[in-house]
Amino acid sequence: MFMLGPVGFVTPVLLWALVALPVLWLLLRAVPPAPIRRRFPGVALLLGLQDEDNETDRTPWWLLLLRMVAIAAAIIAFAGPILNPREREPGTGPLLVVVDGGWADARDWGRRIERAGALVEEAGRDGRAVAVLRLTDAPEAVVFQAADAWAGRLAAMEPQAWLPGDLEGWAAVLPDEAFDTFWLSDGLERPGREALFAALDRAGEVRLFQSPRPVLALHPAGFADGAVQIAASRLPVAGPLEVDVVARGPDPAGIERELARVTLAFAGGEARGEVALALPPELRNRITRFEVMGQRSAGAVSLTDDSLKRRKVALIGGRADNAEGLQLLSPTHYLRQALEPVADLIDGSLTDVLLANPDVIVLADVPALTQEEQDAVLGWLDGGGLLLRFAGPLLAASDVSRLSEDPLMPVRLREGGRTVGGAMSWGEPKTLAPFAEGSPFHGLAVPDEVTVTAQVLAQPDPELAARTIAALEDGTPLVTRKEVGQGQVVLVHVTANAEWSTLPLSGLFVQMLERLAVSTRPALPGADDLAGQIWVPEVLLDAYGAAREAGEMAGVEGAALAAGLTEGPGPALPPGLYAGADRRVALNAVGAETVLEPAAWPAGTPVEGLDVAQEQVLKGWALSVALAALMIDILAALWISGRLSGLRRGVAVLAVVVLALGAGAPEVRAQEAPDPEEEALALEATTAVVLGHVLTGDARVDEVAEAGLRGLGERLWERTSIEPEAPIGVDIERDELAFFPFLYWPVTAGQTLPSANAYRKLNDYLRTGGMILFDTRDSDVARAGGSTPEAQHLQRIAAGLNIPPLEQVPLDHVLTRTFYLLQDFPGRFGGAPVWVEAAPPDAEQVEGMPFRNLNDGVTPVVIGGNDWASAWAVDAMGVPMFPVGRGFAGERQREMANRFGINLIMHVLTGNYKSDQVHVPALLERLGQ
Amino acid sequence: MTEAAPLSSGDLRQRAETLGQSLPPLLAEAELLASTIMLGEHGRRRAGQGDEFWQYRPTHSGDSARMIDWRRSARSDATFVREREWQAAQSVTLWVDPAKSMAFSGATGRVEKGDRARLLAMALAVLLLRGGERVGLAGGNVPPRPGRGQLLRLLMALEAAGEADYGTPDATGIASHGRVVFLSDFMGDLAGVEAALGRASDRGARGVLLQVLDPAEEDFPFDGRTIFESMGGTVRHETLRAGDLRGRYLARLAERKDRLAMLARAVGWHYHCHHTGDAAQPALLWLYRALEGGR
Repeated sequence: MFMLGPVGFVTPVLLWALVALPVLWLLLRAVPPAPIRRRFPGVALLLGLQDEDNETDRTPWWLLLLRMVAIAAAIIAFAGPILNPREREPGTGPLLVVVDGGWADARDWGRRIERAGALVEEAGRDGRAVAVLRLTDAPEAVVFQAADAWAGRLAAMEPQAWLPGDLEGWAAVLPDEAFDTFWLSDGLERPGREALFAALDRAGEVRLFQSPRPVLALHPAGFADGAVQIAASRLPVAGPLEVDVVARGPDPAGIERELARVTLAFAGGEARGEVALALPPELRNRITRFEVMGQRSAGAVSLTDDSLKRRKVALIGGRADNAEGLQLLSPTHYLRQALEPVADLIDGSLTDVLLANPDVIVLADVPALTQEEQDAVLGWLDGGGLLLRFAGPLLAASDVSRLSEDPLMPVRLREGGRTVGGAMSWGEPKTLAPFAEGSPFHGLAVPDEVTVTAQVLAQPDPELAARTIAALEDGTPLVTRKEVGQGQVVLVHVTANAEWSTLPLSGLFVQMLERLAVSTRPALPGADDLAGQIWVPEVLLDAYGAAREAGEMAGVEGAALAAGLTEGPGPALPPGLYAGADRRVALNAVGAETVLEPAAWPAGTPVEGLDVAQEQVLKGWALSVALAALMIDILAALWISGRLSGLRRGVAVLAVVVLALGAGAPEVRAQEAPDPEEEALALEATTAVVLGHVLTGDARVDEVAEAGLRGLGERLWERTSIEPEAPIGVDIERDELAFFPFLYWPVTAGQTLPSANAYRKLNDYLRTGGMILFDTRDSDVARAGGSTPEAQHLQRIAAGLNIPPLEQVPLDHVLTRTFYLLQDFPGRFGGAPVWVEAAPPDAEQVEGMPFRNLNDGVTPVVIGGNDWASAWAVDAMGVPMFPVGRGFAGERQREMANRFGINLIMHVLTGNYKSDQVHVPALLERLGQ
Repeated sequence: MTEAAPLSSGDLRQRAETLGQSLPPLLAEAELLASTIMLGEHGRRRAGQGDEFWQYRPTHSGDSARMIDWRRSARSDATFVREREWQAAQSVTLWVDPAKSMAFSGATGRVEKGDRARLLAMALAVLLLRGGERVGLAGGNVPPRPGRGQLLRLLMALEAAGEADYGTPDATGIASHGRVVFLSDFMGDLAGVEAALGRASDRGARGVLLQVLDPAEEDFPFDGRTIFESMGGTVRHETLRAGDLRGRYLARLAERKDRLAMLARAVGWHYHCHHTGDAAQPALLWLYRALEGGR
């Protein structure tokens, strides 16, 4: 095959046609475009004009180039170009395909299997025997078989959730004959790898495939400084990288979902990244797993066990808790010291803490509860709570659980208790007996220094022995326990402080609390904790990080689990969640201290990336280029000869757009209205008086409002000295309102309410002397006081406006006489009331004067529904657009509407001037005197 | 009725009347001498011949007895003469370019320049005749006369099409001290325009030049290798790249407009350029105002 760089050609002979291109160039170049004949009277002005250059009688060079490209692309297309044609190199002898098969392979397992499948298939075509190894399996003898036998098994092969372990074992079982090897490696260094490689190298040629994709490993989450500490490692170490770590767990409804998400950043050159995630305890205790987003491998998942869960413990002290006593005498002091590092403490009254649904409630020397509290606590106990009570002077003095067993006490108590080893007693202070088997404290060492000097005593009872879980050396019960529903009540017969015994001062106290599951255990269980128990897997992870139920899988010895926790999981101990007697331990694919190290292959070994250059036939592309170039040539030729304008330009542009599909640039939008636009509006609105109307968004209404103001403007121009320019539609959200002395606002039911910003502008406008005429245009249907949608919408709009009290236009309002003398204010409809700002309450009619001395200002709003704009509206010819009324009476009404408009604009522009005019007779009279 | 179809007489008249309806009657302001005066309806704000009452004045010596208004005189001791307001009518002569170049339309659906020019002329005639003026056509075939009957004669005369490629204004048949309206594209030789203007102003006439152009003639939206021909085919010009000529063409057109405006100003006339792409009414308004007040 003929090769040009990475491109090969099926029929390279056709490429000789490229030689003909220069000839074609000369031929095409000589043919000028044909002229167009046009009739054009303006030719008289063209006579004598010479063309600036004569080049265009030949086809321009770029058009020629375009055509050359088109033809060349077509020639190349038919020569059958292929990018990266695959060269086949037949081999001889058996072929061994080695895959690591650990979780590190899971990120691109499909492609690895595909590659291995291709190798096996190729070997099959060449008649070579094949064997496929998965290093995560236990070593067994390698048998070369026909390739067909492997094809099906390869497809079913899955990675394992652990990493290959016994590489030396594999090296030992390799066959003696010579064979070639493909090793699909995950790129991680591990013990024995070098030995295996050396063994393979001895047997024949070894080729390596290694994925360039990074390996990400998530370490088990820990708890420190009040936050969950998350750490991850990566390989290879490169520039800065950020990954999202997601915490998953059941929500209150039990549905598994994402509870929290945090971004973990690797600094450039750092192999390990850490992040702290602070979560409320409710949320934190729900987390079952952390995972790195977008990574499908067991290494990117870390299951959580009890070490992350922290119990909520409510501490309620009795008598001295709140008094200003010595702190060391406080009943809860030692409990607080013991629990604070390992549990979330809740303070408050009993009813308050019950709302927080704590895991444990500790009552330190609290004798009796009210009936209400007792019921609430019993309900909580039924749900699985642990009530831990400590005795004390108060409890000893009270008669709780004396005659009959208190529901919240495990045993009945004898009156008074006992004191031993005190100054007034004979006996020595008592020490503890070893914990009996069956007691939750079994196995804890009893230190000698723990003594008891006083305690409350349990009444002998048939059940007392069963309920005793710790006793003194003389057999007196020290800790008793009773099941209540799913919960339990535990009574410690001494105080929680050091008053009655030295127990709270010893380490045993903390261990006992831990055994009672009051406090949380240390993060990493030691081998001692695990030993002696059988741990049953509950949840197992597969190599892709998906969890599944363990089913009937057998449990493992504690020692084995402890080894697994330090050395990592293996075939016998897959990663997952293992449950013991009273706790669960998570075994993750990646340990807390696991370090990812890159495998170092001997120099000279070919290491290929997993990505095989794909064979790609380029014929279609080349033909597309040729076709596109010819399409452009059509448009360009039309453009050159000046015929493009003759075509529908839109069609031409559309064709170009269709050609350019896929290369569509994102639309660039101006972020804000540019300043020149605002300036233009300001200039237009301020060079003369301009009436404004508010744009409603309803095109028809806006058009009528515009025509109405235009008509009113013409009437004003004809009859008065006010000479307004063409009206302007005002967008109250965007435009400056201060330029307009008057705004006409037709109210439509569908209008959107102004934004807060627009309201601020409108209120400023009204306060500083602007006037708005609200027109609901509905007085034809709203006669009987009914409320139309427009009127209701006006109420909604006006709710945000600073509108003064209103009244119907009084007979002596200045609006009735600013230019014409008017009695009513009809528009296209008449008779509906018109509302203006109310007169001040102190306005009185002076004797002998026809008008009251009214307010000085201009009413900021006029509200009505007479559809004035329709009455004013004229079309471009100055002819009224809408009929008003009937016949002459209708024309009269239109005239009155026009007069109202003139009066209104006069009122806006002259203010109270006409109001003063009515006083002129009185003024003249005074002057005459 | 299609826009592109040639106008029939009745059609043209109807449209012209429609257009003229929305304007008030034109009261052209007579400016000059009494020599051309025929009695009309235009008050001159001074005593003279006319129908309208102007004032009573005491009898002077020299007034004949029959001039005395006895009814007024009977109410006092003195004798009075009743004077009437001096009224004058104006002669307006129109010339509409009949040349072939006026038959150009730059786009389908746009009216030809000639159609627009005739429409404007007829609308103006309707207005003027309604105002009592006398309207005629240059060339002497249709002398200025008042009355609506004149409209038909104007129509007949306007239908005639010329043979020339470019028209030259005809200044014959212009009434002395009358008003003259020239409607053309003024694409031909400007010497003819200059001569006609000179002849008209020699006779004391004043008037307007209305240049009617197609938007295509303003934009020159052509490109590529093109052969331009006049409407009659007598003039042709070939170019290889029409787009390059645009700038120079527009410069020449602007120069021609300036020249026309200057010619008009020199003799106290008015010049205006109207495009067939725009509405006809602004042009009519302009004509109306230019004839009425000289503004």
